[in-house]
Amino acid sequence: MLDTALWISQALILMALALNVYRMIVGPSMPDRLLALDTMYVNSIALIVMMGLWLNSKTYFEAALLIAMLGFISTVAVCKYLLRGDIIE
Amino acid sequence: MNWYVMLEGVISLLLIAGGAFAFIGSLGMAHLRDFYMRLHGPTKATTLGIGCILSASMLYFGVTAGQPVVQEMLITLFLFITAPVSAHLLAKTGLHLKLTHVEKTRGKPVELYREEVGEKPVPHPDKGHG
Repeated sequence: MLDTALWISQALILMALALNVYRMIVGPSMPDRLLALDTMYVNSIALIVMMGLWLNSKTYFEAALLIAMLGFISTVAVCKYLLRGDIIE
Repeated sequence: MNWYVMLEGVISLLLIAGGAFAFIGSLGMAHLRDFYMRLHGPTKATTLGIGCILSASMLYFGVTAGQPVVQEMLITLFLFITAPVSAHLLAKTGLHLKLTHVEKTRGKPVELYREEVGEKPVPHPDKGHG
């Protein structure tokens, strides 16, 4: 039961990542692409957590935490650049 | 019915719900027509989906290892704190760049009266000079 649920959930997350890539390529403006990148970070965290469930190991959670922190910081940095034209004033 | 079978069912349900929520959020981001509409999908649905998946992982490792796990709790807490902040910054960026919005989007980017932005004063009928 758990294997089937993992397969279904991974397929759904993969489709979500494909939709994010579509929005990142097509996206008419810069904040659209930034939003797509931010969502890709979150979806990749989900994928890593499910890989940890699949391999039955707890090694990958530090990587997921690192991706979460760096994703937030990079989103804020690019937003500041678009807002002010400068990151650290 | 065995206790572990029930727990496995709960974990499977949480996993499928998380995947479905994340997919719905990304579908909304790819499908809607306006940046201010597209902001709704990832900020709410995808955050709920990742919360479901991390709860499933927390339950699984908590049962198999026999001790509570902290890392998933940290990731969940961090994502739930930072998702509104980044959404707010993205909305501010969209307003600053004056992105176009369709007619059906309610609430204009700058909600001021016309006389406050230097246009012709709007007559007020109840004041007697309109």
